[in-house]
Amino acid sequence: MKEEDSEDMSTTITQPVKVETRRQPLPPREKLDRIFQIENLEAIYGTKPAVKGVTMDVFKNLVTAIIGPSGCGKSTFIRCLNRMNDLVPSFSQTGTIRYHGQDISSPDIDPVAVRRNIGMVFQRPNPFPKSIYDNVAWGMKVLGMKDNVDDRVERALTQAALWDEVKDRLKASALSLSGGQQQRLCIARAIAVEPDVVLMDEPASALDPIATQAIEQLMHSLKSEYSFVIVTHNMQQAARVADMTAFFSISRGEEGQRWGELIEYDATEKIFTAPTDKRTEDYVTGRFG
Amino acid sequence: MTTHGRLGGPARRIDHLPRRKAVNRMMEVLAWLAAAVAVGLLGLVVYSVVRRGWGALNLDLLTKTPVQFALTPVKQGLANAFVGTIVIVGIATLVALPVGILVALYLNEFAPPSVRNVVTLVLDVLNGVPAIVIGIFVYGLVILGGFDFFGLMPKHNQSGFAGAFALACLMLPLVARATMEVLSLVPNSLREASLGLGIPRWRTTLSIVLPQTVGGVVTATVLAVARVAGETAPLLFTSSLVGPQVSWNAHHALQSIPVAIFELSESADPADHARAWAAATVLMLFILLASVTARWLALRSRARLTSR
Repeated sequence: MKEEDSEDMSTTITQPVKVETRRQPLPPREKLDRIFQIENLEAIYGTKPAVKGVTMDVFKNLVTAIIGPSGCGKSTFIRCLNRMNDLVPSFSQTGTIRYHGQDISSPDIDPVAVRRNIGMVFQRPNPFPKSIYDNVAWGMKVLGMKDNVDDRVERALTQAALWDEVKDRLKASALSLSGGQQQRLCIARAIAVEPDVVLMDEPASALDPIATQAIEQLMHSLKSEYSFVIVTHNMQQAARVADMTAFFSISRGEEGQRWGELIEYDATEKIFTAPTDKRTEDYVTGRFG
Repeated sequence: MTTHGRLGGPARRIDHLPRRKAVNRMMEVLAWLAAAVAVGLLGLVVYSVVRRGWGALNLDLLTKTPVQFALTPVKQGLANAFVGTIVIVGIATLVALPVGILVALYLNEFAPPSVRNVVTLVLDVLNGVPAIVIGIFVYGLVILGGFDFFGLMPKHNQSGFAGAFALACLMLPLVARATMEVLSLVPNSLREASLGLGIPRWRTTLSIVLPQTVGGVVTATVLAVARVAGETAPLLFTSSLVGPQVSWNAHHALQSIPVAIFELSESADPADHARAWAAATVLMLFILLASVTARWLALRSRARLTSR
């Protein structure tokens, strides 16, 4: 991981973003497996649409970043991918989200089964008020992964780059950890149940640069096993970790309604160096708004 | 912001400044006095009951049974009433606690907002139904109506069970509303954490949400017990025609402390009056102790919930 990456955490960008990454060149798109095929997705709270007309494919074993200004529906969008919005009473959505070909947005699909395959890491660390060990082990036990629990816990914590820091105090409360450690614990908890996809909703927004770096590194090293979709405010972060980047922006209707819209979706390299849409260019070069 | 002319800001005169200050002071004093009256009232109640009851407060009160028509002074007490209250309130708690918690869990975790609003209102109304009305209701249902809860209670007769059922009706809204209150304090992020792993809703509620509320539920239960332990009216109809013997059997009518106080207060014997005061002292001290304990438990669990 490069040192200069962690220095600039400010959200206002005055310099064009330099793209420096250890990303491998992307194979041609046709050769990639698609995990999500999203078509014409519209997500609505009450009567107000939060995102409209999103059509994009998410590819397997890649890190896909969702960037865009506040209020452009990034979080709403990512929460559609594992039916997390079902918990919001006034929420409704139209369009289709195919996960390995199956429409997971239809009402007869059990959201529990969806979330079992598509895990999530939230904006604020939310460990259970249990021990560090139980935070990782509880989900596995409930979901029936009862053999070699100790080994699995160690593996998950190692993958989340937390094992060395907590191996001597696994019985301590998870709430005694620092914010960055708690977030890595939440990642360990999410990958311990072996999902297929891990969704991350601004996982580093409450963390310092060093913890952020640790999380980016672990995404990089785990993407051979999982696929990641990450929402981020931080463009450098997207430039560093993502293979594909989707830029969302706010559109305004004639009567002053606002909704989020997918503007451009391409290889990260392309989004940050040669975007086709003017709005993307304005945003990534910091001339937005 | 108030601007004071003499403090160097824009020159602005404030009319009647001394009078305004005096009015302010007066309102403060009034509010303070009102608070003092509330505290003083409790102090007065405790003092007057304890003063009259202290003399008859001894171990016999708790261990001996009443003797009817005693011609010579004998040692007697109200053991039957204390045992009866323990049995009746105990059964009422066993019924109201699980039902109340389930109601709260349903309303807070599963019910759509419309159902939730209506049932919450119903609970509040039920909470406001006078105790004597609940008493008459159970009297009409069990004793007049002969509904025996599928053989649990004796038909057309008073029983400890009938009294416990009446008290449970009073406890249910208290427990349910207080549990809803603590459930709403459990942060949503915790539910999302569990649901995000693909854990079913009921399991999340049972293993993650509910354990967070134990302190609050215990508090609510203690307060509800304290409240119904002193209820007289519902028991007059349902469990008051009793003999002097100690009984743990809720199939028969059981004596209880509030009913015993009421009956002794109507006696001609001054010694009975003294015992009534002593029983009142015990009841009151129990309720005070329970309330303080509940308060302490509530503070502790709240601190734990909000420290996240």
